[in-house]
Formats: sequence, structure tokens, C-alpha cells
Amino acid sequence: MKNSFRSIGIDKEKCNGCMACMRFCPTQAVRIQNNKAFLLEDLCIDCGECVRLCEYKAIVPLTNSFSEFSKFKYTIAIPSPVFYSQFGKDAKPAVLLAALKKIGFDDAFDVACPSEAVSIAIQEYLHTYNGPKPLISPFCPTILRLIQIRYPNLLDHIIPIESPMEIAAREAKRLKMKEFGLSKNEIGAIYITPCPSKMLSIKYPPRKKHSFLDGAIAISDIYSSALKVLSNITGNAETDEIHGLGLGWPIFGGQVSSLKAEDCLAIGGLNDCIRIFEEIENGRLKDIQYIECHSCPTACVGGSLTIENPYIARGKVLRMVERYGTQPCHDKKYIERLYDRKYFSLPGKLSPSPIEPLDKDISKAIQKLKQKQKILGLLPRLDCGICGAPTCASFADDVIKGMATADECIFLTIKKFETISGNLFQSAQKTSRKVRKRWERGNNEIE
Amino acid sequence: MNKSFTQTFTVSGNNFSDAGKISTEIKMILKQLGINSDIVRRVAIASYESEMNVVMYACKAKIVLDVDPEVIKIIVEDEGPGIPDIELTMKEGYSTATPEMRELGFGAGMGLPNIKKNSDEFTIKSDVGKGTRLEIIVYIN
Repeated sequence: MKNSFRSIGIDKEKCNGCMACMRFCPTQAVRIQNNKAFLLEDLCIDCGECVRLCEYKAIVPLTNSFSEFSKFKYTIAIPSPVFYSQFGKDAKPAVLLAALKKIGFDDAFDVACPSEAVSIAIQEYLHTYNGPKPLISPFCPTILRLIQIRYPNLLDHIIPIESPMEIAAREAKRLKMKEFGLSKNEIGAIYITPCPSKMLSIKYPPRKKHSFLDGAIAISDIYSSALKVLSNITGNAETDEIHGLGLGWPIFGGQVSSLKAEDCLAIGGLNDCIRIFEEIENGRLKDIQYIECHSCPTACVGGSLTIENPYIARGKVLRMVERYGTQPCHDKKYIERLYDRKYFSLPGKLSPSPIEPLDKDISKAIQKLKQKQKILGLLPRLDCGICGAPTCASFADDVIKGMATADECIFLTIKKFETISGNLFQSAQKTSRKVRKRWERGNNEIE
Repeated sequence: MNKSFTQTFTVSGNNFSDAGKISTEIKMILKQLGINSDIVRRVAIASYESEMNVVMYACKAKIVLDVDPEVIKIIVEDEGPGIPDIELTMKEGYSTATPEMRELGFGAGMGLPNIKKNSDEFTIKSDVGKGTRLEIIVYIN
């Protein structure tokens, strides 16, 4: 399914056209026009890098606010395990779930335990798998979109297993429907998210039509209210504590270390993921079984909607894994039986969403590519950004696609520039004469 | 009007740090032209293996990509030691790679057979002591 939803928006009122987002966008999806940033939605992969960067808070994650869920009779918070790493170093997951209930959700469900179950499902999948290798993790929505746009060849490598957040939401809804006799539509399952891209995966879930989740609230949006109620919650008994290897999922390498399988890799950061995907496309890395890929270099604890420094959060997760991670939360045999009953499977196909070619007709596309190279040859290759495109190459692309005209390059319109600068110089000269006279007069009076 | 798009690249032998850059550029070009992703993948593998052969064995090479509406053609012309027995090198598993190269995952003796497997037409000529010339053709339709 080709989706047109992007999980970030630009607040034109707040944007001052500073170009920070344009320069740093890893897929060159931002342009500046009339001093305002705008998004080329076909190129954007929802990585949230611009949300992190914008000093003017002009790039807004399109997550939900709490009030949007008032239509539900019963609300369940499904916090990403990242949530557990955002508070004091001894904050316990069970206490943090209680805090979510205190700030207004009817219930809160852990995702670390389902993550452990998903790890077991992945192991099972790897055991019997015979298709193209290496397999790629499907859980970072940004990575999934990057592959759909740039590496449609690799869609067959993405493991067709349901994500822990979906499994948590499905289980939570099932239990509560039974407990309170509610219908599916009366219960709202809300993800507490470390990044905007999860919104994408809720609106357009991979390989299926509808998500079990009804929306997502940013960790940064509920942080202060959770912090306020935390001190009032008396510690739960150690037996209520969340256990299992799933606690390590939000940090880099967390999935791989929970797999206990050989020949697995963990990759963090878009650039390194891109390098790895290039290699796989070139037919390499066939001896690797599974690659855990994260758009953020520090994985989910480094999401753009988190509060805690990602390295400190990582330390806290490691501590949690040390304390509670050694004891599994599931009976492995039970999960294996669920796996055999296709509990974790996603049968649907992932569709590519490749970047539009220069032209649908290949002969015309070839001519346009030649024109583009010609234009690029004329440009200064300084990537100054004054035209509103991040690089001369992306500007040439824009010109060919009719989104810009060559005279928007300041170096191609140097004549215009000369006239403007000539006028400017003259008026500056005039003002300067006036100012100097005033200054001399003032000086004489002081003396 | 010339119907085809042509671009020339140069590769230097032993330059492992840049290895793979040209095949990435070739892929970018084909993706912009809207070429079917299966064909892109075949060309990617063929061009990557040729590029690696130059990096591992030759002094330098010129790679010419030529795309017209029907055919993608890649010509790789290197200055290098040449291949004395082409028939032998076309056998899967035959390799003259050093243990260090194998350690890096190269030189499994699949290079040339892999290039042939992924092209629709493949020709190889070699002059011992002078160099090797590969011509890789992949049909677009």
C-alpha cells in the first residue's frame, strides 16, 4: 500500500527558514521555499532527525494527545520498553506501569514480555528458513520505509513476524474485552512512543490492514505528569516485576542478544544501515542470518521523542537486564506452540514504494537524466543551499522535475546579483556618508 | 539524437576503501530511470563483482555504463596481469585470491561465474600482461 501519511508536519508559523533540517535530512526530503521549510513526502522516511534538530520547534511530530482518546470507554497504555529507562536509575518497570494508570489510563500493559516472545518466534523462524539471506528485522518503521523506497529488492529479506507492540495491544484488548464484556471498538490501546515513526506503523501497519493500536502519545508529552505521580506509588512486590530478555530490546544489540543465534548483526544509524543494504543488494553477507536494524544510532532509547540522554538510558536498560533479564517471563515451549499455531505470523506482502523515476517512459527518462547531468555540470557544486535545495545534485533533480528553475541558483544569476548588490552598495554609501557626518558632528560637540 | 545514456567511471586497483562505490552509483542511475528492481539487482551484482575483481587483481580500470531503452551494457577494461586460462577462471570455486582477501569475504571463486550468471550476454577477453576486458549485457525487457 502506498501511503501518503507522514508522521511529522511543519508549523509554518514557527519555521524561520534556517535550513538546519534541509541540510541534515538523511534522504534530502526537505526544501526551503519563501523562507519556509517544506517536506517532499515521497522521499521522507519518518526518521525524526528534523524533529530533534529544529531549534524553533517548527517540526512537529504528529503523535496524539491524551484528549483524543476520550471516545473510548476503556484506555490501555502500551509503553515502549524505552519508557522504563527515562526515570531514576532504580525506577522499576512495574512501578512505572502503575504510574501510567495514575495519570489517567485505565490500565497499562508491558511490552518487554511480548518482546521476549517475539525473540523466541524469530529463533523459530530462523531455524526453518530457506529463503534469501540475511533476514532483516521489521520493527523500525523508518528502516522499513527506507527499504520500501530505496531497496525494494530487499523486501523479501524482511522477517514476516508481528511486532511486540502489536502483540501487546492484541493481548491487552482480548483480555479486557473478556473481563468487562466490552467490544473491540470500545477499548483504546495507546502506544507510549519514543519516536514519531511508530505513528506510521499504526496508521499503515506492515502486511495488514489495521493495527491493534489506536494511536500513540510521545514519551516526552507524558513525562512530566508521570514523574509527578511516581513518588506517590509505593513499590510493588518483587514478584510483580517485569522480567525477561525483552527488557533489553530498546537498546542497540538488544534483539540480537536475546536471540541466542549465531551469525547475527546489529546495525544502528541510517548511514550504516544504507551501507549494509547496498552490500546485501550486491549479493554479499549471505552467511549472516539476521540483522537487527535501527534508524537511530543508539536504537530506540535514542528516539527523537525521548527525554533521557540515550547513553544514560542505555546504562539503565543494561542495569535492568542484569537485575530482571536473566529470568524468562515466558515458558519457551508454550511460545513455540503459539508460533506453530501462527500466532506471530504476518502473511501479507510488503509492497515497494519506489521513488518516482524521472519519467515513466524510459526513453524520456534517459533524455531527462542526460539533461540533469548537464545542469549539474553547470552548477558550482558548493552545495550552499541558497536555492532551497540541500545539494546541487538535488537542485538539478528539482529543475528536471519542474519543481525549481535554474535561475534560482544564485551563481547562475550572478548578473541579477550584480545589479542587486550595485543598488545595495549605492544605498549603503549614501547612508554611510550621512552616518559619518552625524558622527563627526557629535564628536565635535562632545569635545 | 543519441538515445542512450553513457557514463564512465575509473577504478584503481588495491583501493579497498572505495570498493563498491561505482556499483552504488550505477544502481542510483538505474533507479532514477525506473528500471525494474530485479534487473537493478542483477546489474548491481555483476557490476560489483567486476569492480571487486579490478580492486583485487588489476592496476586500474575504466568502467563504461551505457543504457539505452532496451539494453544495459557495462564494459570493464582493466590494465593488469590478464588471465592466462579463462576457461579455468570461469569455473565456480576457482580462485587466485590471497588468504587475506578470502578473510574479507572475497575471492571465493564466484566472481566471474556470478557476473556471467547475472548477465544476459557476457564476453571476456584477456591479454596476459596487459589486461582484461569484460562486456556485460542485461536486457531491460
